[in-house]
Amino acid sequence: MRAHAQLIFWAVLVAALALLPPVVGVLHEPFYVELVRRVMIFAIAAASLNLILGYGGLVSFGHAAYLGIGGYAVGILSFYGMNSGWLQWPVAIGASALVALAIGAVSIRASGMYFIMITLAFTQMLYYLGISIEEFGGDDGMRIKTRSQFSGLIDLADPVASYYLVLVLMFGTIYLVHRIARSRFGMVLRAAKSNEARSRAIGFSPYSYRLCAFTIAGALCGLAGALLANHTAYITPDFMHWTRSGEIMFMVILGGVASSAGPLLGALVLLVFETLLAGWTEHWQVILGPLLVLSVIFFRTGLAGIIPGAGDE
Amino acid sequence: MNDMLLEVRGLSKSFGALRACDGIDFDVREGETHAVIGPNGAGKTTFISQLSGDLRPDQGSIRFAGQDVTPLRAPARAKKGFARSFQITSIYREFTALDNVALAIQAHAGHSFRFWKPARSEPALRDPARQYLDGVGLGERANALAANLSHGEQRQLEVAMALATKPRLLLLDEPVAGMGTEESQRMVTLLDSLKGRQTMILVEHDMDAVFSLADRISVLVYGRIIATGAPLDIRANTEVRQAYLGEDS
Repeated sequence: MRAHAQLIFWAVLVAALALLPPVVGVLHEPFYVELVRRVMIFAIAAASLNLILGYGGLVSFGHAAYLGIGGYAVGILSFYGMNSGWLQWPVAIGASALVALAIGAVSIRASGMYFIMITLAFTQMLYYLGISIEEFGGDDGMRIKTRSQFSGLIDLADPVASYYLVLVLMFGTIYLVHRIARSRFGMVLRAAKSNEARSRAIGFSPYSYRLCAFTIAGALCGLAGALLANHTAYITPDFMHWTRSGEIMFMVILGGVASSAGPLLGALVLLVFETLLAGWTEHWQVILGPLLVLSVIFFRTGLAGIIPGAGDE
Repeated sequence: MNDMLLEVRGLSKSFGALRACDGIDFDVREGETHAVIGPNGAGKTTFISQLSGDLRPDQGSIRFAGQDVTPLRAPARAKKGFARSFQITSIYREFTALDNVALAIQAHAGHSFRFWKPARSEPALRDPARQYLDGVGLGERANALAANLSHGEQRQLEVAMALATKPRLLLLDEPVAGMGTEESQRMVTLLDSLKGRQTMILVEHDMDAVFSLADRISVLVYGRIIATGAPLDIRANTEVRQAYLGEDS
């Protein structure tokens, strides 16, 4: 029964997202392709954060750092004339993983509020680094003249083609996080969140597992950064602003922590609401803020907990 | 070298001005059940936590199976063969009883950097976990959420997890605390069934449990061990009676 509802939920979700471009094409509303592509890119970022926040209990308040690193990897290589996506994307992912490894190595030894503050501090450091480097546009950011090239296999300047690429990568990321969370590795991560003293007493050292998860999450978010840079064809230090980190965190919480569908649902609802409200009034944040607070108070399990078939276990 | 599994020498731990453990010498023989008793605040949990590696001693040494384990932390000692239950039940509340024990098996089944195969469908983890649950009488409750088990069942689960790590030394911190008569009787029966096969250190307030289970008893008062001996000797020891047991025992 439960598995049945899950199957229907995911089938509807995949079908709806796959059919969106032809449908809005008929309606002559290409704007929605852009919007949902953005939603899906943020769903990748949120799914990667969910691995450490939802399953690992590591409340990282600096996850936007990897959006920035992934984005700047694409932007900087493109600036120097290296437009191959085969080079840009592995560099985006690899650089994000390395920085995550370094930040994680320092921050994971701390816990609770200290962990939050250290991750925030590192990301702010990167944000100001982005502002200070004039060569890459400093505060104003930098336009990416040529999007990532994949030997002519796919043209990322084509909104529909890049939409489907993002769609595939997003479901791939969600499935990957889903598998990791249920593997031996994921069980250690979740157990350490549930009861660290017990984990240590039966012989697990949570540190190395957490650090590994933190690095994987950084790498996946770096991919989202590369996608975002191609989506906007523009990179700015704002990719790494702390409010961006907060937004990604909010998507996870709103969608439902430690659930596979949660990050996508959270990204969808948050960004669609933001867009609708922004079209209606310029003071949209005044409305969105309280709505978010209410949703956290009344839906503790997040959207995944109230939509049939969206929850996991 | 000898039949001592655990040799503790001069173990000391202070919290500010409070000397919680003050030069403790303590031995456990292979196969014995060694109880540690003492009044509240005597330093029993501090002592156990230093044995398990959760607390670092200020001074002293701990040798385990002839090897110095003093610098090792809890996870490393668990790998050497220590397992403990906590005074306040420590389990994975959001997981099922079977998950809890399967995790304990997994902790001793090599590294866990395995990212793809679902752990819950691995017979190598689930089958032995089921056996340990059966062993402590929780077979029927395997799929219940640990948080939904009764207090007594949770303590049984904790023992099952400890046993699933195949420990050489089991540290039990007040295993029957807070239990009703029937529950505590079930736990004593369980521990009694392990006796002889499993080396145990038993920290306990319940004197009936201690005197029925222990081969030897050490009495800890204000961070010092004032007596060690067979249950009958401890019962007869006047110093112990004054310090702890009182006239009614």
